Amino acid sequence: MTCRLIALLLTLLLALPAAANPALEAVVADNLDQIEKPSRRTVGPLVAEIAATGPEGLALLSAWAGRALGLAGGRLVIVDGDGATDAVTGQPVADAEPRMLRPNSGVRGVIESALVAGEIASPDRARRAAALASIARDGTAAHLAALRSAAPEADPVLAARRDRIERLLTIRFDTDPAARVAAIQLMAGDVGLDFRAALNPLLATRRLAAAEEPQANIARELRPGSDDFPREAAVALLTAEGLIQPRLTPADQRAALAAHVAQGRVGGVPVAELSDPQARDRAYEALEAAGAVPPAATESETEAALAGTRFFEVYAEADPDVTDAARAAQRGAEWRLAAMSGIDLGLDALSLASIYFLAAIGLAITFGVMRVINMAHGEFIMMGAYTGYVTQTMIADRTLSLVVALPLAFAVTFAAGVALYRLVIRHLAHRPLETLLATFGVSIALQQLAKNIFGTQARPLTAPAWLEGAITVNDVISISSIRVAILVLAVLFLGLFLFIMKRTRLGLEVRAVTQNPGMAASMGINPDRIAMMTFGLGSGIAGIAGVAIGLFAQVTSELGQQYIVQSFMTVVVGGVGNIWGTLAGAGLIGVLSKVIESFNPSNTLAAQTFMILFIVIFIQFRPRGIIPQRGRAAEA
Amino acid sequence: MKRIISAAAALAVSTGLASTAQAQAQEGEPIKIGVLHSLSGTMAISETTLKDTVLMMVERQNAKGGLLGRPLEAVVVDPASDWPLFAEKARELLTVSEVDVIFGCWTSVSRKSVLPVLEELNGLMFYPVQYEGEESSKNVIYTGAAPNQQAIPAVDYMTEELGVEKWALLGTDYVYPRTTNNILDAYLKGKGVAEGDIFVNYTPFGHSDWSKIVADVVALGADGKKVGVVSTINGDANVGFYKELAAAGVSAEDIPVIAFSVGEEELSGLDTTNLVGHLAAWNYFQSADTPENAAFIEDWHKFIGDAKRVTNDPMEATVIGFNAWVAAVEKAGTTDVDPVLDAIVGVEVPNLTGGTATVLPNHHLTKPVLIGEIREDGQFDIVSQTEPVPGDAWTDFLPESAVLEADWQDRKCGMFNTQTDSCVQIQSNY
Amino acid sequence: MTRQPLILRNPSVLVVLALLAVFTLAVTLLSQAYGSGVVPTSTVKILGKTLCLALAALAMDLVWGYLGILSLGQMAFFALGGYMIGQWLMYARTEAIVAAAMAGNPIPPTAQELREAVANQIFGVVGSSELPLAWAFAHSLTAQLVLVVAVPGLLALAFGWLAFRSRVNGVYLSILTQAMTLALALWLFQNDSGFRGNNGLSGLQNIPGLDGVPQATLSVWFLWASAAALALCYVLAAWLVSGKFGSVIRAIRDDETRVRFLGYPVEGFKLVVFTLAAMITAVAGALYYPQAGIINPAELMPIASIYLAVWVAIGGRGRLYGAMIGAIAVSLLSSWFTGGRAPDLPLPGYTVKWVDWWQVALGLSFVLVTLFAPKGIAGIFDRLAGVLPPRRHGRDLGPGQGALQEKEAKA
Repeated sequence: MTCRLIALLLTLLLALPAAANPALEAVVADNLDQIEKPSRRTVGPLVAEIAATGPEGLALLSAWAGRALGLAGGRLVIVDGDGATDAVTGQPVADAEPRMLRPNSGVRGVIESALVAGEIASPDRARRAAALASIARDGTAAHLAALRSAAPEADPVLAARRDRIERLLTIRFDTDPAARVAAIQLMAGDVGLDFRAALNPLLATRRLAAAEEPQANIARELRPGSDDFPREAAVALLTAEGLIQPRLTPADQRAALAAHVAQGRVGGVPVAELSDPQARDRAYEALEAAGAVPPAATESETEAALAGTRFFEVYAEADPDVTDAARAAQRGAEWRLAAMSGIDLGLDALSLASIYFLAAIGLAITFGVMRVINMAHGEFIMMGAYTGYVTQTMIADRTLSLVVALPLAFAVTFAAGVALYRLVIRHLAHRPLETLLATFGVSIALQQLAKNIFGTQARPLTAPAWLEGAITVNDVISISSIRVAILVLAVLFLGLFLFIMKRTRLGLEVRAVTQNPGMAASMGINPDRIAMMTFGLGSGIAGIAGVAIGLFAQVTSELGQQYIVQSFMTVVVGGVGNIWGTLAGAGLIGVLSKVIESFNPSNTLAAQTFMILFIVIFIQFRPRGIIPQRGRAAEA
Repeated sequence: MKRIISAAAALAVSTGLASTAQAQAQEGEPIKIGVLHSLSGTMAISETTLKDTVLMMVERQNAKGGLLGRPLEAVVVDPASDWPLFAEKARELLTVSEVDVIFGCWTSVSRKSVLPVLEELNGLMFYPVQYEGEESSKNVIYTGAAPNQQAIPAVDYMTEELGVEKWALLGTDYVYPRTTNNILDAYLKGKGVAEGDIFVNYTPFGHSDWSKIVADVVALGADGKKVGVVSTINGDANVGFYKELAAAGVSAEDIPVIAFSVGEEELSGLDTTNLVGHLAAWNYFQSADTPENAAFIEDWHKFIGDAKRVTNDPMEATVIGFNAWVAAVEKAGTTDVDPVLDAIVGVEVPNLTGGTATVLPNHHLTKPVLIGEIREDGQFDIVSQTEPVPGDAWTDFLPESAVLEADWQDRKCGMFNTQTDSCVQIQSNY
Repeated sequence: MTRQPLILRNPSVLVVLALLAVFTLAVTLLSQAYGSGVVPTSTVKILGKTLCLALAALAMDLVWGYLGILSLGQMAFFALGGYMIGQWLMYARTEAIVAAAMAGNPIPPTAQELREAVANQIFGVVGSSELPLAWAFAHSLTAQLVLVVAVPGLLALAFGWLAFRSRVNGVYLSILTQAMTLALALWLFQNDSGFRGNNGLSGLQNIPGLDGVPQATLSVWFLWASAAALALCYVLAAWLVSGKFGSVIRAIRDDETRVRFLGYPVEGFKLVVFTLAAMITAVAGALYYPQAGIINPAELMPIASIYLAVWVAIGGRGRLYGAMIGAIAVSLLSSWFTGGRAPDLPLPGYTVKWVDWWQVALGLSFVLVTLFAPKGIAGIFDRLAGVLPPRRHGRDLGPGQGALQEKEAKA
C-alpha cells in the first residue's frame, strides 16, 4: 500500500520542473550524517524540517522511505530504475553509482507518518486510508485535533474507520473527562484489539505502601496475606520502598563473615566449623554484638512494619470517572471476550482435527479396513507434498499448479501404494508385525531417497494468493484461509470415502472382502485385486493430504514422520474399521491438544506430551477405541 | 561366526580413513585437519555446507602453498546428527587420524558431547555457530556469536528503533533458546520491562501448528504496547511459523519479528513476499557489500559449482576460524595445540563485512552485529551494523554468571570468579 | 520327563560364552591399555557399546521372538537405565569439582551451599539452578544403581499391567508402546522435567573417583563389564526359555487364547517377561551410556526402538544368538557405512556415495529379509543344524488364521 503511494508521489513530484530549493539544500547539508545513519528516536524533527521545505523535501522523504535514496559523492540522489536525479536540485545525475541508504523500518515509519498523517483531507481515497492507518498505528493528541477539524468523510467505510479512531484517540488524549467517559461508554462491549489497547493503559495500576490513604485514584486497598497479595509480596514491597531493612541473605552473611576472618576464627568460631549454618549464625551474632557488622532486620521489625502500613493499588490515570467507566466497559466485554476466545480455540482445534483427519483417513482405509500396518504411510504424505513442490516449480501459476498437483499427487502415491502392495504387502498377508517391519524398511528407504533427491532443506510450497491471509471475524476470532481449505478438503474426503464405501461396487466388494475374504472370493470377487485397489486408494489420499499439509507447514523429508504416530493414534483412538471412529479420534485429539495447550501457552511440548499420555491411558481403558467395531469382523 | 563379522568390522573401523587428500606439490608430512560435521541425519543440511566451506578453505590454502611448507589434508567424518557419535568421532579424529585441529559441531548438545573428549586429549576445535554462551573451554575457539554479540544488540535495536515495549520470546525447546531467553528475560527486566510484558513460549523441533501461538502473540497487543517477537525458533519450524504469521496478516510494522536462527538458507524454503521487513540478527549477511565478501561468494560458487547457493553466518565464522588458526600456526611455527593456543590469542584476521575479528583471551571473537530486514528475494537488507563487539563468554545479565570471567592468557581459567578471585574449574561444564 | 542340564538343552550357550570370552580376551590383548595397542580406544568403546546393544537385542528377542509382543518402545527402558546411572555420574563428578573449587573459599561451604552450587553447575546450562526432585538420590551410587533396574522395571510393570489387563495386543500394543516411548521422550525434552531437556546428561565417560584412570583403561573395563553382563543375561535368558516357562510363553506367542483356556495366567507370564526384559534392557543402557558419554531424549524417540526390532528381525528372532548377531552386525555395518569409510561404488553415470545411500540399502534389506528370510541370519544356523520346517505349502498350522505360518512353527 505505502509502496504504491510512494511511487505515485514520486511520479507526481518528479514531473515537477526542476528548481533549486535553498532551504532543503541547507537542511540536507547540515544533517547529512543523520540522513545517512538515522535513528527512529531522533529523526522526527529532521523529517519535519525536510517536509517543511516544500515539494522537493516531500519527494526526498518519500524516496528515503522507499529506499530509493542514495548517496553519491556527498550528494543525495533519488534513484529510479536506471536513472538518478539529485534529490536537492532535481537535476538528472549521469553515471552516479550511489550507495543506497537503508533506513530501518522504525525510521521509515516516522517518515511515512510525517508524509501521510497530514493527508486525512486528501482528495485521493487511498491516501486518506493510508493516513488513517498511520494514525491508527501511533496516533497523538495532535492527530485528534486534526481529525476533529477535518472535513467530513464521504466514503462510508473510511468514515466509520475515522470515527472509531477519533473515539479511541478521545479516550486516550482528550482533556475533558466527560468526553472520554462518553467515548468509553459508546464503545463499551467492543472486543477490538485497539479498544482494549486504549482501555488497558487507563486501568494499569501500581502498588504502594503508605501509612495513610494516599491522594490518588485508588483502585482498591490490599490486605497482606490475601490470595492475590501474599505476605512475601507485602514484605518485598516494604523493602523496595525502604520502609524496612532487607533480611540478611545467606550470601551476605557469608560475605560478612569472610570479611572478618581473624586468626582462623570469625567472632570466636573456628572457620572450619562454619560449614554449619548454626555456627554461622552464632559467629554473625558475635560480630553483631561487637558492632563489626550492621544488625540484620528481624522478624519482629517486619511484623511491626506490616501492621503499621496500609497497601493500596493505585491507578495511573488520575480521574476516577474515567477509570470507573473503563472498568465497566472492560467488565462488559469480559464474557464476550472469553466466549470469543473459546470460539477461536474451537476453530484452532477444528483445524488441527481436520489436519489429523486428513493425514489419517488414508490410514483408516489401509489399517482400519485392511488391517495392514503401513509404516510408510507418512512417506506417502511426504511424496504428495514433494509432488506439489515439483509441480509448482514447473507451473508458475499457483492456482493452476495446485489444481494439477492434487490429482497428480493422488496418482503418484496411488501408484506407489499399488507397487508396495504388489511387491511387499501381498506376500505378508496375516502377518501384521512383519508387514510393519517391511513397510518400516520402505519408509526409511523412501525418506533417504527424498533426502538424496531434494536435499534436507525445507522446500517452498506456497499457497495461491486467494488462499493466503485469514478469514477474520474480529480481532479475536480468525482462522487462516488455508486451514479452512484443509477443513473443506477433509469434509470432501469424508464424503468421498462414504460414497465409495456405501454407493459403489468397489465399496461393496471392499466390505465383502473385509468381512470374509473366503466367502467374497467364492462370490466371484478377486480379493487380491480389491485389496490392491483399497490400498492404492488409501495411499492416494495420503498424497493429497501431503499437498495440503505442505501448503501450511514445511515440506521436508521428515514431514511424514511428524504425522505417522499421530495418525496411527487417531485411527486407534477412534476405533478401527470405521471412518466415523477416525473422525471422532481426530476430533478428540485436536480438541484435547488445543485445550491442554491453552492451559499452559508457554509450553507447547508439554501439551503434546500430555496428549499422548492421555491417549496411552485412554487405549488401556477402551482398547477398541471410541467407536468399537462390533460383530464378527471385530474378532478377525 | 559372529566374532568374525565383528572383528572384521572392527578392523575396518580402525584402519579405514576417509580423506580428501589434496594433490599438491608441497614437501613434508601433511597437516591433518578434522572436519566433524553431520553429513546425514537432521543436521546434515546445515552442517554439510560447513564441511564444504572447510574443504574450500583447505583447497585455497594449499593453492597458496600450504602451511609451514606442508600441505593440508582434510579428514572428513560423519557423526550423522547423533550426539554420542560426535564424541566417538572426535576421539577417532584425535587418536586414530591424529588431526591437529578440528572444525566442527553445530548444535550445542553436539559441542557438549565433544567437549570432554577434547579436554581429555587436549585437542583444538573451532566452533562456528552462534550459541548461548556460559562456557569457555581451553580447547575450543568459539567463532560464532555469544549472546552479547547477537541477542542483546538485537533487543536493543528493537527497543530503540522499533519502539517495542512488550516481548514475545518464542523458541524451540532446547538449550540455546532456553538460555538466550533467560538472559534476555534478565536483561529486559533490568531495563524496566515488567514481568507481565514478557511472553515466553517453547515449541518442539519441527513444530508445524502455529495458529494458536500466533494468535496469542497478536493478543499481546491488547494493552496498547507495541509488541515485538524475538524468535529463536530453529530450522524447519520457521517455515510454518512465518506462513502462519503471513496468513494472520501480521506485518513487520505491527509486530516485528527478529530471528536469531533464520538466515539465507532457511529463507530459501519459503516465499518471502509476505515477510518483507521482518528481521534477523547475525554477524554476517550475504548481502554485505565488501570486496572480501564478493570474492568469497565468487570462490564459493566456483567451488560448489552452483551459482545459486547462498552463504551464511556460520560459513563466515568457519572462514574466520580457519584463517585465525592458519595465522596462529604461522605465528607459533608449529601445529601443536598448546603453542597454537598461546599464539592465537590476539590474532586479528579480516572478516567478510569490512572489519576484523580478533581472538580474545576468553576464546571468543570480536564481531560486528548486523541487523537485516528480509527482502522479497530471500536476502537481507542490512539496516544496522555496529563496530566489532567483544564476545562475552559469561553473560553479565545473570547473577551467577556476572561474576565469572574467562581468561586463557593470564589466568589460564575458563571460569574465573572475580568476586572470590579464584578459578572455579579448569574443565568445562558439560 | 527327565530334565537334561541347561547346557545340553542349549548347546549354543557354551558356544556363545566361549566366543564372548575369546573376543573379550582378544580385544584386551590388542587394546592400548593392556596390550599391543592395535585396537585404538575409540574402537574398544565401539565394541563395548555394541555388546550393550546386543544385550538390548537379547531382551527384545525375549519379548518379541519368544513372547510375541512387538514392543516398539524397548529403547525407552534402555535410555531410562542410562539416565539413572547418568544422574549419579553427573552429580558425583560435579560435586567433586565444586567441592574442590569451594575449598578455596575463606568460609567453608554448608551442605546447602554445596548442593546449590552443584545444581547451578548442572542446570546452569539450561537456565535453572535448583535441583529437581528427581535428583533426590543422585548423590548415592547405590540408590541410582537400584533405580537403574527399578524405574524401568516399574514402568514396564505398570504399563504392562494396564495393557495386558485390557487385552491390548498385536499391532495395537506395538503402537501403544511406541506412543509410550514418544511421550517419555517428549517429556524428557522439556526443560521443566529436570533432566536438562535436549542437552541431556553429558560427560558421562568421566567416572567420578577414577580421575586418574585413563580412558584407554576405562574403556576396556567397560568392555569387560558389558561382556560379563551379556554372558550372564544370555545364560539367564537361555535358562528361562528352555524350561516349562519357555514353552508357556512360546505358546502364548502362538495362540494366546488357547493358553488362556488351558488355565494359564497369561497376563502374569507376559508381565514377568516384559518386566524382566525391560530390566535387562535398562542394564544394557546403564552400561552403554557411560561409554557413549552423553544421553539425550533423542535416544528414546520411537525410531531407535524400531531399529532394535529390525536388528532382531535381521538376526533372526526366536533365537537368542540370532538377536545378538543381528544387533552386532547391523550396528557395526551402520557405523562403518555412515563413517564415510566405505569406498564409493562407481556405477555407470552415477557414483553411489554410501553416506547417502546406506539408509536406502538398509531399508530395502529389511524388506528383503522379512520377505525372503523371515528367520534372519539365525536361519542359516538352523539350516546347518538340520532344523527344517515341514513343507505345508502355506497352509495354517491350526484351524484359525490367527495361528502362525509353518516357517515359525518350530522356533
